Amino acid sequence: MSMATRRATGGALKQGPSGWFAAPALIVFACFAVIPLLGVLGLSFTKWDGISPISWAGTDSWLTVLSDPVTGNALIVTAKIMLFSYIVQAPISLLLGVFIAGHQKYRALLAVLYFVPLLLSSAAVAIAFKALLDPNFGLGAGLGVPALAQDWLGNPDLVLFVVIFVIAWQFVPFHTLIYQGGVRQIPASLYEAADIDGASRVQQFFHITLPQLKYTIITSSTLMVVGSLTYFDLIFVLTAGGPGYSTRLLPLHMYLTGFKANDMGAASALGVILVVVGLALALILQRLGGKDRNASQMEGA
Amino acid sequence: MIRKKLLGTVALSTALLLALSGCGSSGPGGKTSSDSATMWGLTGGDEATFTTSVESWNSANPEQSIKLDIFANDAYKTKVRTAIGAGQGPTFIYGWGGGVLKSYVDAGQVEDLTDFVTENPEVKERYLPAILDNGVIDGKTYALPNNKVAPVVIYFNKDVFADAGVEPPTTWDELIDLVPVFNKQGIAPFSLGGQSKWPNLMWLQYLTDRIGGPEVFQAIVDGKADSWSDPAVIQALTMIQELVDAGGFTSGFSSIAADSGADVALVYTGKAAMLMQGGWAYQTFKKDAPEFVSSDKLGFISFPTVEGGKGDPKNIVGNPSNFWSISSKATDAQKEAALAYLKDGMLNDEYVDDLIASGAVPVVTGMEEKLAASPDSDFLTYAYDLAKEAPHFQLSWDQALSPAQGDAMLTNLDQIFLKEITPQQFATNMNATLGK
Repeated sequence: MSMATRRATGGALKQGPSGWFAAPALIVFACFAVIPLLGVLGLSFTKWDGISPISWAGTDSWLTVLSDPVTGNALIVTAKIMLFSYIVQAPISLLLGVFIAGHQKYRALLAVLYFVPLLLSSAAVAIAFKALLDPNFGLGAGLGVPALAQDWLGNPDLVLFVVIFVIAWQFVPFHTLIYQGGVRQIPASLYEAADIDGASRVQQFFHITLPQLKYTIITSSTLMVVGSLTYFDLIFVLTAGGPGYSTRLLPLHMYLTGFKANDMGAASALGVILVVVGLALALILQRLGGKDRNASQMEGA
Repeated sequence: MIRKKLLGTVALSTALLLALSGCGSSGPGGKTSSDSATMWGLTGGDEATFTTSVESWNSANPEQSIKLDIFANDAYKTKVRTAIGAGQGPTFIYGWGGGVLKSYVDAGQVEDLTDFVTENPEVKERYLPAILDNGVIDGKTYALPNNKVAPVVIYFNKDVFADAGVEPPTTWDELIDLVPVFNKQGIAPFSLGGQSKWPNLMWLQYLTDRIGGPEVFQAIVDGKADSWSDPAVIQALTMIQELVDAGGFTSGFSSIAADSGADVALVYTGKAAMLMQGGWAYQTFKKDAPEFVSSDKLGFISFPTVEGGKGDPKNIVGNPSNFWSISSKATDAQKEAALAYLKDGMLNDEYVDDLIASGAVPVVTGMEEKLAASPDSDFLTYAYDLAKEAPHFQLSWDQALSPAQGDAMLTNLDQIFLKEITPQQFATNMNATLGK
């Protein structure tokens, strides 16, 4: 089939660039993802405290992990953080992204300000918030506002929402940036036509911006949802999983099992669970994107 | 021709690599060689003592030099174990004795120092005997104390007590009676670094000991079935929850980190009346609030007695000392340097004076005069006598137990303080970890 006829049929390109282009990435992926993953799978069937020789333990670690109520609790905490983070972050970053995609000068300044939290490391963010939220020496006590002097990080009912807020504070800028890029890709002619037809700003948002951002939304959502499985450093420094087990999400539970309780077998089993959950979520999100999810929107590609 | 060029390149890059790696191991200043013994210490009160000691050792013994690195407490505990597992551990392994030391011994990672101690009786005679025992496992010495006796005591703000017109408690009932007095004044009776979890443990340790004596915890260490369900443990947990209910601890205690000294700050700022903490907290008071300490506003008492309790009120809990173990994976030269340092460099006169100046009690016999001459003599003599006269000195439970049990215990105890579980649930959860 010649280039011309393919264009004419209007179908998606069946043949991409040579598969060899993927080789460097595949080699790196195999070395640093597949092989360690198999190692973890193997370790999950052993008993190892990190310093003694490794011994075979069959399914012991799996039975321990699956029957441990703490694992179930960690899954629930992870799901809650994932869901609420998404509900908080997605609309905010979409609206902010649309807003700063404009070209006025002051928006450029705002875009820079919004971007600042992303420049800070998670550990720095966590330490700063920990100091601000301290009930005795933090913001509430400093400003003399009793409403702010809550036991933010020590109250099991409150702490999860504080964590979700801090996560949103840190990651909204990143997704705002993605949406900003997405909005700027929308052809201006669509808006011009809508203006001529007398569509309002809100109508333009719902009938042009939102549909045109479909793929951006899928990308951002995938990053947000799968990314929430890796929230670790921030929570580790902010609450260390506490109080009690109230913010001990799956990755943190895996770390504490492996490096605090020194049970590498159980930690590996938790690691495998984490990988399975992450893959399943990524697949589901890809499915939701529809059949043409991976097709390029660029003409001629 | 091409081949020659290639060979040349290989030779050049090899030379470069060698030069680079040479630079890496010699370190800044080039004082230490690649075969220097390595030592990992902790930040905090003793940091300066370790640094001075290693520096003066290195200048006196350049052929047996030691390279010291300093880490924060929690970060160290993770790092050292991972490093040892990977064969990259330091020559000097800093530790607390107990279950963690036993796990190193079981894995063959630390040197048996029994012969060294026998051949050098002066090393053994240096120490308070009860403290030396914490480095002994199955009759063999694997670790030697390297710093200070740190019993857990109750610190209090003398001004706050004077203003309220009350006396520090000597019994549990008096302690409970003080709670409403301070609460009425808007002062927290007790400061507590609950986010760090281990400060919670001091309450359980002392109460269990006062109620049931040291045998109760010994049964747990021995892994006796259902030993966590001992009535003494249940009663201690119940008393803790009663104290929480009465408002005994500062609001938001579970978001206060002890590692940053925030629990100590509540006492010297007058926001809390009392604080139960280890002897090392005195060093924090001295460092963070020198005025407060020098103007004699800091008081200290032993844990109160509990009516009808079986334990000796003179028993103490805390850290008998910290320890050096020697890695069995170190090279012969490193081991030799390490043993020479243990014999002559550690706890010599300069070292002991440094410790005392920092507000700590060295684990060495015959310190009475030196402690009395120190500006901190009140506290130091008090802590020294406490340790010397204690019939039983209980090592902190999270260190005495295996790491797996320790982690579960701290989190379950956190839930007791938060009233998320009952004492019975705590006992059930912990009984399931016995033998792990």
